[in-house]
Order: sequence, then C-alpha cells, then structure tokens
Amino acid sequence: MKPMPKEETGVPARTRLDVYDSYLLLLTSYFLLLEHEVFVKLAVLESGLMMCRMNPLQDHPPGKLIAVEGLDGSGKSTQIYLLKRWLELQGMRVFFTEWNSSVLVKKATSKAKKRNLLTATTFSLIHATDFADRYEREIVPLLRAGYIVLADRYIFTAFARDVVRGNDPLWVRSIYSFAVKPDLTFFFKAPLETSLSRILDGRPTLKYHEAGLDMGWTIDPYESFRIFQGKIFEQYLGMEKEFEFIPMEATGTIESQQQQVRNIVSERIDLQRYKTLRRQ
Amino acid sequence: MNQKRFFGQGLPRLDLSKLTGKLIVIEGADGSGRSVQIAKLTEWLEAKGHAVAHVGLRRSTLVSEELEQAKQGNILGKTTMSLFYATDFADQLENRIIPALRAGFIVLADRYIYTLMARDIVRGSEVNWVESLYGIALVPDAVFFLHTGARQLVERNFQKNGRLDYWESGMDLGLANNMFDSFIRYQKKIQHEYKWMEEKYGFKVVNGNRSIQSILKDFKSHLLPLIDPTDPDLAGNKL
Repeated sequence: MKPMPKEETGVPARTRLDVYDSYLLLLTSYFLLLEHEVFVKLAVLESGLMMCRMNPLQDHPPGKLIAVEGLDGSGKSTQIYLLKRWLELQGMRVFFTEWNSSVLVKKATSKAKKRNLLTATTFSLIHATDFADRYEREIVPLLRAGYIVLADRYIFTAFARDVVRGNDPLWVRSIYSFAVKPDLTFFFKAPLETSLSRILDGRPTLKYHEAGLDMGWTIDPYESFRIFQGKIFEQYLGMEKEFEFIPMEATGTIESQQQQVRNIVSERIDLQRYKTLRRQ
Repeated sequence: MNQKRFFGQGLPRLDLSKLTGKLIVIEGADGSGRSVQIAKLTEWLEAKGHAVAHVGLRRSTLVSEELEQAKQGNILGKTTMSLFYATDFADQLENRIIPALRAGFIVLADRYIYTLMARDIVRGSEVNWVESLYGIALVPDAVFFLHTGARQLVERNFQKNGRLDYWESGMDLGLANNMFDSFIRYQKKIQHEYKWMEEKYGFKVVNGNRSIQSILKDFKSHLLPLIDPTDPDLAGNKL
C-alpha cells in the first residue's frame, strides 16, 4: 500500500468532505480511519524494521555493556579493573575486553605498525577489523548470554583518534554503526596535564603511532605525544553530549572515584540479575 | 580530461587533479575469463605505448598474508571479514592505484569494490553500510562486467582447477549441503547484487559466454575512445 498524501488524512480533507451528504461522509471517514490505521501500523512496522537494521542486538540482549574512555593516564584502566574485581567478588557474570587485542588481527596490526605501512585510512580500517573480530566473537555472544561486559576503550577511542588523524568523522562513525551503544560510558576527564605527566614523567619509550609521529607535527616524540593527546582530548569533550558520557572528574583519590563508579553502576543496573547461577 | 572523483568522503588530503592516469575495472566471477582478458589487454595497451599497472583483491602488502590465513580457517565473522577486505583494498588504493594514476598509468583492476560489496551484502551487511565504507574509493573511468552464466562458470572452474572454490561457492553461508548446489545458488545471489549495481554504477556488461577474441574486441572498442580518442585504429575500425 502506498502511504497516503498528507492532505487526505489531515484536517483539510475533512473540510472538503463537508460538501457531501452525511452518509457519504460517514462512509468516507470510516475508510479514511481504516486506511489511516493501516498506515499507522505500517509506519510502526517500518520504524521497527529500521531499528532492527540499525541495531544488530534488537532483541534486547540480557547482558549489559559498560565502557570506559579517556586519555592514557586518565586512570580509566585502574578504575575498570577495580570495578571488575568488585563485580567478580560478588559472583557476577562479568567479562573484560580491551581495545586492540584481537589475537587474529594483532599480527597484522603490529607488523604494519613496525614497518610504518599505515596511513590514516588503513590505520582506521585495521583497528575497525580488530574491533569487529572481538565484537563478533566475544562481545555479542557474551551480551546474548547475559554477561556484564566491561570494555577498556570502545568505539569512541576510534572516533577520537581516527578523526585527529584526518579521517572524516561521519565515515568513521558509519563504519562502526554495527556496534551496539554501551549501557554506560564513563569518560575519565582528568585534565590534559595530569594525564600527560602520568605517562611522560617516567620518560617511557613512546611507540611511533602512540606518539602520533605519523602526523608529522614534530620529530620529538614527547612533544608530538602532547599535541596528539591534546587533540584527542578535544574530540572526547566534543563527544560527551553526543554519546551521553558519564563524566568522571579527576578529583579525589582512587578510592573515592571507585566508590562513585560503583554507586552509578548499582543505580543504573539491576545487578542481582547478573549473579552466577550456582548449584546448591 | 575527466576529473577523478570519490564515491563518498574519499581519502583525506589528496589532490585529485593530479591523477592523470585511467582506472579500468574488470568485474566478473571466478572463471568468467577476467585474467585472460587482462593479459591480452595489457599486451595490446603496451604495444600502443601505454604504461599498465595491475591491481586485484587480496594483493596488499599490509594484510594479504593474514587474509589468506583467515580464509583457510573460516573463523572470522562477517563484519570482521568485510573490514579486513576493506583494509586490503584501502592499502592498495593508497599505495598502488593512486601513485600509478598520478604517474599517468592505465590501471587495470582485476575486480574492485563491487565484488567486495556484493559478497558483503549477500552475507547480510546493509547496503548503506558497505557503500559508506567504500566511500573512500575512486570512481573508475570504466567498469566492465564479464557476465557469464552460473553453469558456464562451473564448467570453467572444473576445467581450470578441477574443483570448486570453498568461498566462491559461498559454503560459509550454508546454502546447500553440497558444493555444486551451493555454488550455483551463491553465484545467482551475487549476480542478483550485480544487477542493481550495473545500473547504479554504470557497468558496461560484456557477454562472457563467447570466444576470447570476440570478448577482447568488445573491450577494445569500449576502451579506445576513453584512452585515446585520436587513435587511428578507431577511425579505421581495425580492432
């Protein structure tokens, strides 16, 4: 059935019908209503189908996905580790997954990075491949099985890094459109200087891409890292509203921050549903 | 001279006006005779003094080995596989196709994004998703589609390899419990996708169920005006 033109369903159509006798009016409005109903149903069906297409986990996976995002040195890995321990010790079904860790793709990625074979585009695509592998083999099955999946970095890391490297933001977002949105995304918002000094004070050996040396801003890896992280931080700040990040200000101790994380998690997720089934 | 353009957003920081070569794509299933035609065309073009470069699928320095391994095991999910192939494609696009076009070569592509898109869509990827994924690709100067019937393809595959290929038979899709039926069904599904692409992307369909020589003649008559409109062979009809 073709959707009806607007004027036939809205007020103007009824005004036009005023010229007919009441019987005809009744009959017509009955058909209009009937057709209208069918139309509404079709519209609902179509939007439902759209959702299915957009969200590969349309059947509301029983699991929950919690992601942490933020700069290196922002404290996110420490916090998600402590969250994991807390959930595990209560006997929850929990699984931890890390960015850039798919075994299969790792070989290609590390070879490519060592030989500096990557451009902005292939850097983006090879990380998307890595993510897709973990997503299809771990994240989706675990969510379907009712696990709480904890992700140390998620697609937002790609959005930030790839855009800084010069890729089109919409292109990057569309590539990752197969991925489900996390139920909670904590954004560790430590000031740039804090994160930088946590990483740089130890004078570590920075890897080529990690330092953003591929961008050619400067040949000094430390200076390059500062510029790179600064730009990534800007990207994160820009995404805060777009993706409903839960901002974690870097005030206070590790303990108080963890308490905050735990409070939010237990408020927003019915944790009792994720207890491991134990035999008596 | 025709200005090159991208399908979508394209590649960051690239000056398209410097790409003076021609990108010619030849699409078609395994056994449709692509490689024979490419070899003959290369000879012909080189005889006329054109420099020719070749690209194809799974030939990147970046991930071709890993892709080959992944194919052996059938352990990758469909999205992972799509993106892996897209990585391979992007690497060749940036490191082979574009430099060759910049140097004024005629680039003969043994398959391009259309095969990759068709395979992905048959495996359940969204058309919109694949199209935006390949928004980085250059629009070719010409796309030829060697159309060959599924039965004919079976025969040629047996002649060439003595067997059907696991992936070209779409065995990962569970379409049938034997390779022959699966091959026929899979190739029909793929051709169904080519059908709409043919219109949307302006493929020149070349009937592949003919002799090598008559197919080649078709190719030449389409290519010559594009490559060199002043070529004397064009006027004399000596193809």
